[in-house]
Amino acid sequence: MNERYNSNKSLALQIRRHVLYMTHRANASHVGSCLSIADLLAALYDGVLHVDPARPDWADRDRFILSKGHGCAAVYAVLAEQGFFPKEWLETYCQDGGKLAGHITSHGIPGVEVSTGSLGHGLAIGCGMAIAGKRDGQDYRVFVLLSDGECDEGSTWEAALFAPHHHLDNLIAIVDYNKIQSFGTVKEVLDLEPLAGKWRAFGWAVQEINGHDFGQIDDALKRVPFKIAQPSCIIAHTIKGKGVSFMENQLAWHYKSPDDEQLRQALAELGVSE
Amino acid sequence: MRTAFIQTLIECARADGRIWLLVGDLGYSVVEPFRQEFPDRFINVGVAEQNMTGIATGLALSGKVVFTYSIANFPTLRCLEQVRNDVCYHNANVKIVAVGGGLAYGAQGMTHHATEDLAIMRTMPNMTVVAPGDPIEAVLATRAIAKWPGPCYLRLGKAGEPIVHETSPDFQIGKAIVVREGSDVTLIATGGILYNTVQAAERLAQQGIQAKVLSMHTLKPLDTEAVLAAVQQTKAIITVEEHSIIGGLGSAVVEALTVLDCGGASLKMLGLPDAFCKEIGGQEYLKHINGLSVEGICDVVSHFYKSLGAKICRSS
Repeated sequence: MNERYNSNKSLALQIRRHVLYMTHRANASHVGSCLSIADLLAALYDGVLHVDPARPDWADRDRFILSKGHGCAAVYAVLAEQGFFPKEWLETYCQDGGKLAGHITSHGIPGVEVSTGSLGHGLAIGCGMAIAGKRDGQDYRVFVLLSDGECDEGSTWEAALFAPHHHLDNLIAIVDYNKIQSFGTVKEVLDLEPLAGKWRAFGWAVQEINGHDFGQIDDALKRVPFKIAQPSCIIAHTIKGKGVSFMENQLAWHYKSPDDEQLRQALAELGVSE
Repeated sequence: MRTAFIQTLIECARADGRIWLLVGDLGYSVVEPFRQEFPDRFINVGVAEQNMTGIATGLALSGKVVFTYSIANFPTLRCLEQVRNDVCYHNANVKIVAVGGGLAYGAQGMTHHATEDLAIMRTMPNMTVVAPGDPIEAVLATRAIAKWPGPCYLRLGKAGEPIVHETSPDFQIGKAIVVREGSDVTLIATGGILYNTVQAAERLAQQGIQAKVLSMHTLKPLDTEAVLAAVQQTKAIITVEEHSIIGGLGSAVVEALTVLDCGGASLKMLGLPDAFCKEIGGQEYLKHINGLSVEGICDVVSHFYKSLGAKICRSS
């Protein structure tokens, strides 16, 4: 278990390092949104998802959908670390003529299932993949990572109604509940509480975890489906900008990108070399 | 047309196990036979068109050929961003079917008038846009799009449309059908207004004007060769559509003319004004008010043709 903890931790650190460099280089936004999901992604790709970089289109693979498409730098980073494509591609993030767009795109990018960017699209697509798997008798699972702001979208709740009705226990929604959305805190903008109660009321089996505690993340991800014939929802309490003191819980880092000095300081805090 | 559609879809689904049908809680007394025969390939997703379109994309990305079915603007405009980002961007094998194209839902009111759908669907990259002219074309169009790769929009009428084609025509996506020959003008119609257009052509013949009639059942990709032939072989083109005058068939033909090397053309566009229907009434009544009855089409074509007079002079 210790070995796994260390492995997850090391991968999460690499994700954070890449994200900082990518957003710095591209002068791109959403660094805070990427840092809040780094630990979840590390746990998913390091031992949970049944995926194979050598066969990204393998029919029985687990599907992972980043519904909060703006957090794509973190997903590109984990895919590159896992060998889905060369790490050099990360240097082209948001660059003229580059391969990696600022909202996740599946076009020509091995390992990315679905392109998103407008919020509230991913869970419905996940429902479609999950019901295809069920009716075809396939064993793959579908993981969809949503933002908390995305839970403002009616389309998210259309899909949330659908999945339990069709007993899609091969579908797992993970909510990155970092409590800050585009223009303020969730509490100020449009309060989601009781969030777990809402998902439960819609018919999901829900577990709340600390989204930065590898033990809790791993435990939850390994236990899905929490209940037979019910979709699972993991509400991951996270910190926007997690890992970099001056970015944590700051709305501004939904938009800003680190300058040279901020990059140096952030890398120093993470304890990684430049 | 909806009955022709569902019967044909069942026939296609028997031959192709990838075909699914999703409905947005509509299709009473229409889609039940499909549900009966293919319960595992049918979902009533509920009154949730965004979800229906997202689910269709997820199914299509899992290897299915997915038809979504609802009425008027519900499967298109209500979920337009899902159509654009999910279906079209992924070039997913999703076929969007709208019943009640144009003014088919008549007195139900403007929410149920699909009068901008062709323009909007036509602008979506990767989307093929098909509007059959009668139940025979609806059968052939359904068969064709079931095999056509990528996103399609199928705009149907409703029920009880008159049959235009006496025999089954050669139907190919992107190829107009010549319904009637004529050497003076070419009337190009799309969708159920084809019937009125053919009737108008018959009346024009009695006035000594020989009108060729094309069923332009595919708006995208447009049959530009047929447009070019119309310019070269007749003195004028009149487009006829049960759709806003902005962005539909007429616009598509004009776009084609701007890139065709045809030396100029005389063209008139018949359609609905850029306004919501102020009147209440059935489809035929509303068509009449908007100049799309047989008499209305006939009058416009006749005046237009006569106004061209002897001044018609096309460079070849």
